[in-house]
Amino acid sequence: MSGKLQLESSGRKFVAPVAIWTALLLAPFWMPLLGGYTALGTRVLVLGLAAMSVNFLLGFTGVLSFGHAAWFGIGAYGCGMILKFVAPSTPLGILAGTLAGGLAGAALGALIVRRRGVYFAMVTIAFGQVFYYIAFQWSSVTGGDDGLRPFYRQPLHLGIATVDILNNAVAFYYFVLACFALAAAAMAFILRSPFGRTMLAIRENERRARFLGIPIELHIWIAFTLSCFFMAYAGSLYALVNNFADPRGLHYSQSGDFVMMAVMGGMRSFWGPLLGAIVFVVFQDYVSSVTINWQIFIGFLFVLVVLFFPRGILGAIRRRAAL
Amino acid sequence: MSLLQVKNVSKHFGSLVAVNNISMTVEHGELRAIIGPNGAGKTTFFNLITGFYRPNTGRIIFDGQDVTHLLPARRVWCGMARTFQVTEVFPELTVWENLRIAVEVASGLRLRAWLSQTDDDKIRVRIQELIEMGGLASKADRQVGELSHGDQRATEIMMALALKPRLLLLDEPTAGMGDQETYEITQLIRQLHKDSKLTIVLIEHDMRVVFHLADRIMVLDQGKFLAEGTPAEIAANKAVQTAYLGQAA
Repeated sequence: MSGKLQLESSGRKFVAPVAIWTALLLAPFWMPLLGGYTALGTRVLVLGLAAMSVNFLLGFTGVLSFGHAAWFGIGAYGCGMILKFVAPSTPLGILAGTLAGGLAGAALGALIVRRRGVYFAMVTIAFGQVFYYIAFQWSSVTGGDDGLRPFYRQPLHLGIATVDILNNAVAFYYFVLACFALAAAAMAFILRSPFGRTMLAIRENERRARFLGIPIELHIWIAFTLSCFFMAYAGSLYALVNNFADPRGLHYSQSGDFVMMAVMGGMRSFWGPLLGAIVFVVFQDYVSSVTINWQIFIGFLFVLVVLFFPRGILGAIRRRAAL
Repeated sequence: MSLLQVKNVSKHFGSLVAVNNISMTVEHGELRAIIGPNGAGKTTFFNLITGFYRPNTGRIIFDGQDVTHLLPARRVWCGMARTFQVTEVFPELTVWENLRIAVEVASGLRLRAWLSQTDDDKIRVRIQELIEMGGLASKADRQVGELSHGDQRATEIMMALALKPRLLLLDEPTAGMGDQETYEITQLIRQLHKDSKLTIVLIEHDMRVVFHLADRIMVLDQGKFLAEGTPAEIAANKAVQTAYLGQAA
């Protein structure tokens, strides 16, 4: 009997990922039926990946960064600058954006890992804003308030064929989905590793972790750095989505949006932030066409979720399924 | 050479002198109990040994090495492991996962992104050993936060043992436990001491436990050293009776 139970529960374990990947793979086909459009799906993937990167740190290491938009923005500018000034290559743009944001995050992380809780969040906001003002003020390089433009995502050369991802929205969606899958797989892989378990240990009980002989600061720094790389990677994809890099992408309110997606979706779960991003982006898309004050409604929704489902939407669904 | 030598350590917090010029020497294989009324400075003394606090004066020598200025994690690497007065575990993880983290860290695998099958097998065997030693076999898949106080404490002790320490420091291992749980934890500590020849320093309020287990006892009172000796010597000590037993009664 217990054997049967175990089989059932391990079967159940695969249901969610299979459902999620199927839905993502078929999105260009079912989304139009619900009144969506492919580019919306692409945005969800990129912002979802960003929220998952924030949550890599928040949900699995227990460290709240409120300045992660900085790495997202640096990724976007890095990618955009390659395309605009250096070489017409999409992969090179992504690589450069990811490295730029990730390395900047690694350097800053080394300075701040000793801070904890609110102090850590405050320091990340402050440093994030430094990057925002650089992007905003340094017009000759970044385009200032107008953002960085023009640049365009370039066709992909796959050896046997060349794929136009600029005009073909579906092809671009699948390109972004492939990039998303790569990052999600890397995150899942890390979280299942011994290092990933030390992240959980730090989240669960820092004192116990320290007295097990885990050098907490080093491990938080590595987790922070990895999260910054994922974030910058999402940012460079975002530059490709918009063909544009926006200084507001580095603003702390953008960081807040990512944290909101993660918390709303469920920060203890791997897929929660993606769900949060879906709710956020779709809500924004529909409500902003009705009223310019759409943020009031998303804020209201956020408050409701936090009050009634403290573990986020996915957390609440899971609890119901477990009962 | 002695395993642990604490030399004239003091710690004050503002004007409060929590630990005042205390020395202690613990030999290999010894089980030492530290007792004293509330506020005697026992836990602070423990925190100085394990690196939770740095002493204002004095030195701590562990196995011939001066560890006075080492961070807690480094002292763990030297072979010190501890538990806390209020149990410190990973509450939302299972017993198995709690021990898995401890075993992996102890095996030097904490930075690894990938485990070979051989490593994974070794780790599983070790976790299973610890789970059985702690009497937790039926609870391996339960979240530690849901378990009874005694089982949480057993998990914590097993996590400390996973580190293969040469010195185990237990801060009130039976605090807040019923008779049965106290008995089980006492048996476990006795077994670790007698069978595994582990050197143990423990703080304890329950005198039955102390006199049952300890080779030597050190008594602190109001941050100061009061007495040290075998259980029989301590029981006969007049100063201890007035300061400690008098107050407790």
